[in-house]
Amino acid sequence: MEHIVIIGNGIAGITCARHIRKNADAKITVVSAESEYFFSRTALMYVYMGHMKWDHLKPYEDWFWEKNRIELKKALVDNINFEEKTLHFSSNEKMNYDKLVLATGSVYNKFGWKGQELKGVQGLVSKQDLELLEENTRDCNKAVIIGGGLIGVELAEMLKTRNIDVTFLIREKAFWHNVLPLQDAKLISDQIRSHGVDLRHETEIDKITGDQKKGVTAVFTNSGEEIKCQLVGLCTGVRPNIDFLKNSRLETDKGILVDEFLQTNIKEVYAIGDCAQLKQPASNRKPIEAVWYTGRMMGETLAQTLTGNTIKYKPGNWFNSAKFFDIEYQTYGQVSAKPGQNEKQFHWQHKDKTKAITIAFEPTSKKFLGINTFGIRMRHPIFNRWLNEEQKIDHVLANLKQANFDPEFYTSYEKEIFKSFKENLQNP
Amino acid sequence: MSNLERNMSLTAEEPAKLSLTQRIASSIGLIGLFLLALTLTNLSFPNKTLFLSLSLGLITVGTIIFANDLYLGKPAGVKNDGVWFKSLSARGFWAWIIGISLTLFYIVLYWYPQYLGLNAKGANTGIISFFDPLSQFINGNPASQWFVYGTLYTVAILIFGYKFILKYRQNRYEVIRTFSVMFFQLGFAFLIPEILIRLNQPYYNPANIWPLNYDLFTDYKINTFLSAGNLGVIMLVFSIISVFIITPILTYKYGKRWYCSWVCGCGGLAETAGDPFRQLSNKSQYAWKIERWVIHSVLVFVTVMTIAVVYSFLGDSTSDFWLTRDVFLWGSAGFLTLLFAVILIFKHKELAKDAKYGAIGYLVIILAIICINYFSGNGNIFFFAGYKLREWYGFLIGAVFSGVIGVGFYPIFGSRVWCRYGCPMAAILGMQQRLFSKFRITTNGGQCISCGNCSTYCEMGIDVRAYAQKGENIVRSSCVGCGICSAVCPRGVLKLENGDLDGRINSEEVLLGNDVDLMDLVNQKSK
Ligand SMILES: Cc1cc2nc3c(=O)[nH]c(=O)nc-3n(C[C@H](O)[C@H](O)[C@H](O)COP(=O)(O)OP(=O)(O)OC[C@H]3O[C@@H](n4cnc5c(N)ncnc54)[C@H](O)[C@@H]3O)c2cc1C
Ligand code: SF4
Ligand code: SF4
Repeated sequence: MEHIVIIGNGIAGITCARHIRKNADAKITVVSAESEYFFSRTALMYVYMGHMKWDHLKPYEDWFWEKNRIELKKALVDNINFEEKTLHFSSNEKMNYDKLVLATGSVYNKFGWKGQELKGVQGLVSKQDLELLEENTRDCNKAVIIGGGLIGVELAEMLKTRNIDVTFLIREKAFWHNVLPLQDAKLISDQIRSHGVDLRHETEIDKITGDQKKGVTAVFTNSGEEIKCQLVGLCTGVRPNIDFLKNSRLETDKGILVDEFLQTNIKEVYAIGDCAQLKQPASNRKPIEAVWYTGRMMGETLAQTLTGNTIKYKPGNWFNSAKFFDIEYQTYGQVSAKPGQNEKQFHWQHKDKTKAITIAFEPTSKKFLGINTFGIRMRHPIFNRWLNEEQKIDHVLANLKQANFDPEFYTSYEKEIFKSFKENLQNP
Repeated sequence: MSNLERNMSLTAEEPAKLSLTQRIASSIGLIGLFLLALTLTNLSFPNKTLFLSLSLGLITVGTIIFANDLYLGKPAGVKNDGVWFKSLSARGFWAWIIGISLTLFYIVLYWYPQYLGLNAKGANTGIISFFDPLSQFINGNPASQWFVYGTLYTVAILIFGYKFILKYRQNRYEVIRTFSVMFFQLGFAFLIPEILIRLNQPYYNPANIWPLNYDLFTDYKINTFLSAGNLGVIMLVFSIISVFIITPILTYKYGKRWYCSWVCGCGGLAETAGDPFRQLSNKSQYAWKIERWVIHSVLVFVTVMTIAVVYSFLGDSTSDFWLTRDVFLWGSAGFLTLLFAVILIFKHKELAKDAKYGAIGYLVIILAIICINYFSGNGNIFFFAGYKLREWYGFLIGAVFSGVIGVGFYPIFGSRVWCRYGCPMAAILGMQQRLFSKFRITTNGGQCISCGNCSTYCEMGIDVRAYAQKGENIVRSSCVGCGICSAVCPRGVLKLENGDLDGRINSEEVLLGNDVDLMDLVNQKSK
C-alpha cells in the first residue's frame, strides 16, 4: 500500500490527511514534534486566559485517528533523504515514504536584537511557547510587546487577564496599519488603549537588557527610553519553519517553493500551509499566507491531487477574521491599507467607536472590491457572491442588510451607513 | 503536556482574586443566607416580616453589588477569563461544597421536610414558618415547604438573571431572553398559581406543559379542574391545546428555544444560576449516545404512565362520557402509530439508522404495553396500577432526576443535565426541532478557526465546532437555543435563525473560500 507521510499535524497537514482518507485507502502517517494530537493553534490564547483547558483545543476526540486509520507519530524530523525517500528522526529512527507532504508551519521572527536570547524574551506560536509563557509570567508584573500584528494584540489581551501591565511598541502610526486603512487602524488603537494597554505608535526597539541569572530587566526604545519589564513578547511576524530543510535539494526561498499543484521541485514531495511559498500566486493573493484558512484550503486541494484527481490550487476571494480585545473583525475581498489611484474607500464609524466598516471600490466603474467590518458580523457567502458577480458598491450598500450576520435583536446600522454613504460620496 | 496544566493551577489564584467590593458584597449576601440558615435551627425571629425581608433583601443586594462590580466597570464583551482556574466553575473544592449542599437540600426537601419545619399536626416551624408572612400576603395561607422552595427558586432566577444580563449586556438576544425567563418565572410559575389559590381556584401554571408537568392529567388534577367550574375547564382545555397545538406551532416557527430558554423554569434556573457551570457539560460522542437513549426512555415512561392514569380515570360506559377507556386506549395507540409512521415515511432520510431502530423499538414497547393492559383487562400497566406508576415516576424522574441530580449536580456535570438527559418535554420538542422546524444555527461560510469556544460553552454538550468547522448548519434536537455559542464565538461564525426548510441541513465537504470547481466537484460527489 502506498505510504503518504505528512510532516506537521497542524490544520494544513490534518486537513490533507482527512481528505486523503475520504478518497483513498493509502497508509497515512502524520508526524509532529509539538503535540500528540492536532489542536487549534488559533486558540492558544484561550488556554492561558482560562476560557478553555488544553483538551478543549482538540477539534477531534482522541479515538478519531485510529478509527480513520490516520497514524500519528510524535517525533522530530532532523533531516530528509529525498533520494532514498526516508525521514530521519532525532531519535535516530527512520521512516520510508512514497509521497511526502511538508506542512511544517511557522516559527516567530527574531531580528538579531541585542539581548533577544535572554530568559523572559519569547514569541508565541507553539504549545511549548505557551508553556514557557506560563513559566515566564509567574512573577511578572510588567511586559513589553514588540510588533503590532494579530499575535501581538492577542498576547496583550492574555497578559492583561493576569494583571500584567503591558507596553506595546509598534512601528506604524496606528495599529496594524500595514494591513488596515488608517481610520480602521486608529479605531483598533483606541480599542487597545481603552483596555489599559500602553500602546506606543512609531516606536521601535533598540535593545533588550538583563543578565544571565535574572533574565530580562528592561527594553530600550529607539528614542533611548528605558522600559523596565520582566517579559518581552516578540510579535514581529512569523516565517516558514524550514531551517531543517535548508541544505538539501529542496528549492526554498522564504518558504518551500511550490507550483500551482503545491508540488515542490522534487517529485512526489509537496508543501502546504504556512511553510509553502507559491511561485506564482493568484492575483490579489500573496505567495505566503500564514493563516488558518489557507492551510485548510491547501490541505483540501492537495488531498485531491494525491488521490488521483489532480487539481490546481486556486483559492477564491480573500477573506480573514480576527478579534482585537472586544472588537471582532472580518474582511472579504481587498481593502488596501494605502489605497492607490484605482481604489476609493468609504468609511463609516459608530460614535461609540466599537463598530465600523470600510468598503473599497473602483472609483470609475464603482466596482465593489472589498470590505472591512468591525463589530458587525457579515455573511461570508453573500460577500463571496457579490465579489464573484462583480457587483457595484451601490448594490452592496443597498443590500447590506442581507449580509448582516449579527445575532437576532441586534440594532442594525444599514440605514445609517447608507445615508452616510449618500451624503459623503455620492454628491461630492 | 502536564507541564501546561500544572503551571495553570500554580498561577491559578492570580486572575481569580476577588476585589474588595466583591468581598463586601459576598459578606452581605452571606449574612442574608445565614439568617435563613438560622431558621433551620428552629430559631424564631421576633418580627418575621422584618427578618424575612432582611434576609431575602441582603441576598439580593449582595448579588447585585457583586455583579455590578464584576461587570459594570469593564467594557462589554465575553467574560470568561479564569473560568477554568476558579474552583467553583472548574469542579474544584467550592464546586463540591455547593454541589453537596444543594443535593442535601433537595433530599431534605423531598423526603424529610420535617427538618425544614413541616409539622403535620400543628403549625409549621423553622424555615417554613419563616416564610409565612410572604405566603400570607400572596396566597392567604401559611407557607408550605413548596412555597419556600418556589420563593427561593424565583429569587435565584431573578438575582442571577440580573447578573447574567450584565455579563452579556452586549448581546441583545441574551438580554431579552433573560428578561423573558425572569418574567415567566415570577409571573407564571410563582405569582399566578399562588394568586389562584387565594381566589380558591386550582393551582395552575399555564407555562408548565405536559409532559414536563407530568401529573397534569392524573385523576386528582382533572378532578380539581372539573370541580372548579368554568375556569377549571378552561385550564384543562388550555393544557390540552398547549400540548397539541401551541407547542407544535411555536416549535415549528422558532425551534424548541421558545420554551427551553425563554419560558421554562428549569431552563430559567439553568441559564441564570447555572450559567457559571455551563462549560462542565460532557461533549463526547459517547455522552451524546447515552443522552439519546436515556431521554427517550423517560419520554416513553411518561407516555405510558400518562396513558395509564388517564385510563384509570375514565369509565367504561359511553353513557357517562363519550371518551371511554377503550376508546382512549385504542385512540392513543392509533395516534402514536400514525405519528411514528408519518415520521418514518416522510423523514426517514434525516434519521440515522439507530434512530430508526430506536423509534420502532419504542413504539413496539408502548403498543405491547397497551395490548397487555387491554387483554389483561384489570387496568394495570406492566402489572402495576396506574397510580403506582405515577408514584414511581414522581420519585425517580420528578424528584431524583430533575431535582437532586438536575440541580444538585450543577457544579459537577453542568447546568442542563436534566434538560439534556431527562426532560421528556425537551425530548418531544427536540424531535420536532430536528424534523419539522425552521430553526437552525447557521455557519458563516469558511470563517471558523476551530477554536472550540462554542463547544466548550454549550451547556447541552453539543460539539458545535464539529459542525462549524465543516461549514455545516447545526440542527440538533438537544439545542435549546441559548445563543451562547454564537455569543462567545470570536470570529462571528454562528447565528441562530429561523428560515427556509430547504438547505437547512447541509453538509459541505470543502469549505467556502476555496476553488469553486473543487468545491462543486467534491460536494457533488459526497451527495
Ligand atoms: C497565537 C496564534 C494565533 C493565530 N490566530 C489565527 C487566527 O485567528 N486566524 C488565522 O487565520 N490564523 C491564525 N494564526 C495562524 C494559524 O494558526 C496558522 O496559519 C496555522 O496554524 C498554520 O497551520 P499549518 O498546518 O501550516 O502549520 P502548524 O499549525 O504550525 O503546524 C506545523 C506542525 O509541524 C510541526 N513540525 C515542524 N517541523 C517539524 C519537524 N521537523 N519534525 C516534526 N514536526 C515538525 C510543528 O511542530 C507543528 O506542530 C494564529 C497563529 C498563532 C501562533
Ligand atoms: S448549540 Fe448553541 S444555542 Fe444550542 S444549546 Fe448549545 S450553546 Fe446553546
Ligand atoms: S464556530 Fe466560532 S467558537 Fe466555534 S470553533 Fe469556530 S470560530 Fe471557534
